[in-house]
Amino acid sequence: MSGRLVARNIQLNELGKLEHFLTLEGLKAHHLTEILDTAESFINPQTNEIRKLPLLRGKSIMNLFFEPSTRTRTTFEIAEKRLSADIESLDIQTSATKKGESLLDTLWNLQAMQADMFVIRHAESGAAHFFAKHVAPHVHVMNAGDGQHAHPTQAMLDMYTIRKHKGDIFDLKVAIVGDVLHSRVVRSQIQALSILEAREIRVIGPKTLMPSDPAAMGVHVYHNIEEGLEGVDVIIMVRLQNERMKSALIPSEKEFFKLYGLTEERLALAKPDAIVMHPGPINRGVEIDSAVADGSQSVILEQVTYGIAVRMAVMAILISNAAQLAQHKAEQESQLQIEGLDSEQDETEKMEDEK
Amino acid sequence: MNELDIDVNQLIEDICDQIKRTRAFAQSPKMIGIRTGGEWVATKIHNQLELEDELGVIDISFYRDDFSKIGLNPTVKPSSIPWEIDDQHIILVDDVLYTGRTTRAALNEIFDFGRPASVTLVSLLDRKGCRELPFQADITGMQIECSQKIKVSGPEPLKVTIETSEASS
Repeated sequence: MSGRLVARNIQLNELGKLEHFLTLEGLKAHHLTEILDTAESFINPQTNEIRKLPLLRGKSIMNLFFEPSTRTRTTFEIAEKRLSADIESLDIQTSATKKGESLLDTLWNLQAMQADMFVIRHAESGAAHFFAKHVAPHVHVMNAGDGQHAHPTQAMLDMYTIRKHKGDIFDLKVAIVGDVLHSRVVRSQIQALSILEAREIRVIGPKTLMPSDPAAMGVHVYHNIEEGLEGVDVIIMVRLQNERMKSALIPSEKEFFKLYGLTEERLALAKPDAIVMHPGPINRGVEIDSAVADGSQSVILEQVTYGIAVRMAVMAILISNAAQLAQHKAEQESQLQIEGLDSEQDETEKMEDEK
Repeated sequence: MNELDIDVNQLIEDICDQIKRTRAFAQSPKMIGIRTGGEWVATKIHNQLELEDELGVIDISFYRDDFSKIGLNPTVKPSSIPWEIDDQHIILVDDVLYTGRTTRAALNEIFDFGRPASVTLVSLLDRKGCRELPFQADITGMQIECSQKIKVSGPEPLKVTIETSEASS
């Protein structure tokens, strides 16, 4: 499993709080809830508007996209701007790495440009983790998707959307439909749902797109979509990862739609108030019917908006945790100094006694 | 140490009388309370003055000048200003005016919502002599010494307790 690439707790600081945001693996419910609550505080409850705030003024954030992305990159940029950070987005597919620069040299150069935070999207699993391991202590790393490993901010915005519509996640039955095997989004979603103790997590798709050991992931596998959608509260559709499918794992897109595409008839099998989600980009007529994607139960576009607030929340929390850690250390140091003075005094007293 | 309970209702009444005499009061003002204590005080004043528009509440956590030192306040909730700020006469209410930093943050936040016609600052208590920024309340219920400790609890009953040293009591 590529999950092992991430050593436990490299993303947590000495106080057990997030220092980097690389994966949901190993995090506790309180880490996730803090992100969701903070995101909520950024959204005006009356208008659903996300306001510009001065929290990260003077901080420099670099978005490093080694792999193409539109939605994730744009929402990260918007989130950074709404927090008043100075931002730089680098399209690295067309830059120095092409000229043979190693990832580590790229990192050191960018760090020398005074970055406080890196947002990284990379085709290799573990790339964000690699960065986190090598950055200077004051620099934070956020994973914007690495290989088939993780896409934690996507999973968190999905949790936000679910909580917004359905309340507490532990009461819910959630079905994830599509290419579970190749999707970093699904991997992160399953981790998030497990941490927040969703009542049931179902994955639906053909055998060729299912993980080999679903029980280890704590999910129930359905190869029949009609059975799998029965009575669920949330349906998450996942795009067919064409670019990651090395061999023909499905007969054809048409065939896939026939077997696993979400239609209005199939949607009717879920709870009447079930919501339909999709991390995008959607393939109409492949995994989802237009009538469903644009229908009243679809929250696909809300997910995009909430993605801004959730990414803002994670960035603010990383910077905030660093501030709190520094404060904590300063307090400890002054405590030590006081204790140091005390023991010096003791020694003086003792010496006087000896005299 | 002695504890002195303050008659909050009397202070609120005095404040309301003073607000009624302001220029802003004749121009259908809108009121904003600063979470948490300021919101409690503002709710009382708002009820007593029978202002038409809903009370606005701001949480200044995101506007504090010490974010880079102390980080996020975990209990922060969204600000709620249910009307346009532009060209409105705003009565800004806090429980205690102390260093002036909260007022600075609140004004910044208000101006991020829009450009008010005026802002009148009301504070239930004014700890004089410890201001770090040049802000003064237009209306205040009571002035106390900087050295005195205050505890404000609420929302119901809204209570203010002042600790006084033996010598001054």
